[in-house]
Amino acid sequence: MQKLREKLMQGVFLFSACVSILAIILICVFLFANGVPAMAEIGFFKFLLGREWRPANDVYGILPMVLGSVYVTAGAIVLGVPVGILSAVFLARFCPKWLHKILRPMVELLAGIPSVIYGFFGLVVLLPFVRQTFGGNGSSILTASVLLAIMILPTIITVSESVIRAVPESYYEGALALGTTHERSVFFVVLPAAKPGILAGVVLGIGRAIGETMAVIMVAGNQARMPAGLLKGVRTLTANIVLEMGYAADLHREALIATGVVLFVFILFINLLVSVLRRREK
Amino acid sequence: MDKFTIQDLDLFYGDFQALKKIQMKIQPKEITAFIGPSGCGKSTLLKTLNRMNDLVEGCRTEGTVLLDDENIFGTMDVNLLRKRVGMVFQKPNPFPMSIYDNIAYGPRTHGVHGRAQLDEIVEQSLRSAAIWDETKDRLKKSALGLSGGQQQRLCIARALAIKPDVLLMDEPTSALDPISTLKIEELALELKQDYTIVMVTHNMQQATRISDKTAFFLLGEMVEFGDTEQVFSMPEDKRTEDYITGRFG
Amino acid sequence: MKKSLFKSLRAYRHQPLSLFLKLLVWLSIALTVGAFVLLVGYVLVMGVPHLSLDFFSLTYTSDNVSLFPALVNTLSITALALVIAVPLGIFAAIYLVEYAKRGNKLVALVRTTAETLSGIPSIVYGLFGLLFFVTTLGWGYSLLAGAFTLAIMILPLIMRTTEEALKAVPDSFREGSFGLGAGKLRTIFRIVLPSAVPGILAGVILAVGRIVGETAALIYTAGTVAAIPDGIFSSGRTLSVHMYTLANEGLHVGKAYATAVVLIIMVVGINALSGFLAKKITKT
Repeated sequence: MQKLREKLMQGVFLFSACVSILAIILICVFLFANGVPAMAEIGFFKFLLGREWRPANDVYGILPMVLGSVYVTAGAIVLGVPVGILSAVFLARFCPKWLHKILRPMVELLAGIPSVIYGFFGLVVLLPFVRQTFGGNGSSILTASVLLAIMILPTIITVSESVIRAVPESYYEGALALGTTHERSVFFVVLPAAKPGILAGVVLGIGRAIGETMAVIMVAGNQARMPAGLLKGVRTLTANIVLEMGYAADLHREALIATGVVLFVFILFINLLVSVLRRREK
Repeated sequence: MDKFTIQDLDLFYGDFQALKKIQMKIQPKEITAFIGPSGCGKSTLLKTLNRMNDLVEGCRTEGTVLLDDENIFGTMDVNLLRKRVGMVFQKPNPFPMSIYDNIAYGPRTHGVHGRAQLDEIVEQSLRSAAIWDETKDRLKKSALGLSGGQQQRLCIARALAIKPDVLLMDEPTSALDPISTLKIEELALELKQDYTIVMVTHNMQQATRISDKTAFFLLGEMVEFGDTEQVFSMPEDKRTEDYITGRFG
Repeated sequence: MKKSLFKSLRAYRHQPLSLFLKLLVWLSIALTVGAFVLLVGYVLVMGVPHLSLDFFSLTYTSDNVSLFPALVNTLSITALALVIAVPLGIFAAIYLVEYAKRGNKLVALVRTTAETLSGIPSIVYGLFGLLFFVTTLGWGYSLLAGAFTLAIMILPLIMRTTEEALKAVPDSFREGSFGLGAGKLRTIFRIVLPSAVPGILAGVILAVGRIVGETAALIYTAGTVAAIPDGIFSSGRTLSVHMYTLANEGLHVGKAYATAVVLIIMVVGINALSGFLAKKITKT
């Protein structure tokens, strides 16, 4: 009896452990089964490299959205990564303890704020600011990039700070003992030692930025056309799905799911990169 | 002239007094050994000499330490102090870079950037630390691939590359095997021709083998300081005698 | 103060690069703090005046966009998702930590899939939920479909935090229990799990935070109906979805601000609670 119960529960535990495998298989099967046939029907290259998205005429090319996602993400990386890493350096190496007690929860809160609030903030603050300062109507690659840059800050800061803190103190002391200033020791000895881990954090941030949906929809303009400039509107892969899924049918609907497949493959690739980087760190 | 003149040095970690009224003069081009049981303050005193104790939170000092008649707690730039007073740590701590970059790191920090000049400094430092032959073919390889003893000699070379006057060694052989230890000791004897060496050691045989002067510490006080032979053969203080004959510590 | 500033500046006289690096670091943290203050400050300043009692009234009308139904929906979906994900996540972690042998291939596979799951964007979960729960299983837009979708989304988070909490339980506890002749199951449920509770709870609360903030995964699974649900098969919008529709319609901007305030307050509370529990673990 006792033995039976032990065996039974072990089975339950084993099954639970397998649920995540099951989940990922289900996700793959359902996305691919619904998306890939559409890609085939539209034509694989026509779908990926097509420059026009006109569901009314059954023309489905997602290149504008792919580029839209790439540009917006690149902008977020350019703006967010340096600030994020340097902020992490501050928290790990320059920050007095009392200040750390305030800043650390602040960064955690920044990570916990829902993306709709970011989007709303972008809508009512950033968007008018961009419109007044740089012209255009405000919904633009630039606005989305700035907003995403803020949104990926917590990811990059948290990961980088813990990696920087994990660098052996002996490196830092060794550099100081050679008469190096605090700043140079941190930047030229500690930081390089933390590079692989920080890189993993950055790639994680890229994943966040590409996958972000609601905030981007609220500030990017969402025009399904080739990106035309920093101050012009753009539509991302994620936005494409949310905006049209509500009323799409037939091939249109499947083309949207195929958009999801492309996004999913992007993310899988990024995940792979993160785990490779993490492994190299060890 | 004395290299270091330590006068009435008190050191506190918060409320705890780790050093009490230390008075001593350290002679140039000699090896001075600090011995004593764990927690006696010997490492603390060593780290005071290049102000690495500044890193410890709540650490404060009273009294003066003169390096060539200049107070190291005064207006002296702490980075320049550390350039003049190099340090080798208990555990070898090469940076995660190539052997070459490890050695060149110090000179580059202090403004040497010429390729030829750096090459020369690197070779010279590695030669002085008796590790040139083992590393000359792999200068661009990571320093982390060296053995423990080699890493420690690399760290000595790295300290020598900034041309210090003084070399502080904090139990430099405690993490090494006997053969590597012997090599470091030989190296120290050679280096004292050009450098003042202050060494903390747990190993009393090591102190007798290589040091000229020995200081014995107990509970933050310097109990005895004199010629190594004298201290070990005819200690003046009963506590020193108890320690070196192994009655405690 | 002035004197020490002057002194510290003088220390950099010969170190222009170091001074530059230091300024750079300070500038960056100032930007981060600035973004935070601007974001939270703006929302609070604009939103708090709009908080009023009728904002919490029981019914939603186009004149009074009460957030009360959304609040009920949020709580229902959170509770449902936790009921599904928490036992699964904890059991899975128990298998990984207590049963699996070292170098077990399955463990590596589970870890990799869990990591992959945690990187998938919420819109992809939403899409999957729509295809599987809503369409294939025929649940329609419903709290249940939304909850299941979110449950898969938070599963890796709960697994990971539970795993860490279990690993932090000293082996001496287990040995002590085995030594008294207790079985493995008893040891796990009576000794190991209780000492891991704060860590597990901290993870669960983080998961609640993700659920409360989620929008993209819910629009096409739980739908956007703004009413108090009749049951788990009725559609309903959570607070975040509510906030999104308000902001997008642009008719009730004041209410949108106020909803944002409520959301931020919830997130602050959730973070504080999770942090408090996490601190409790490090103490014991």
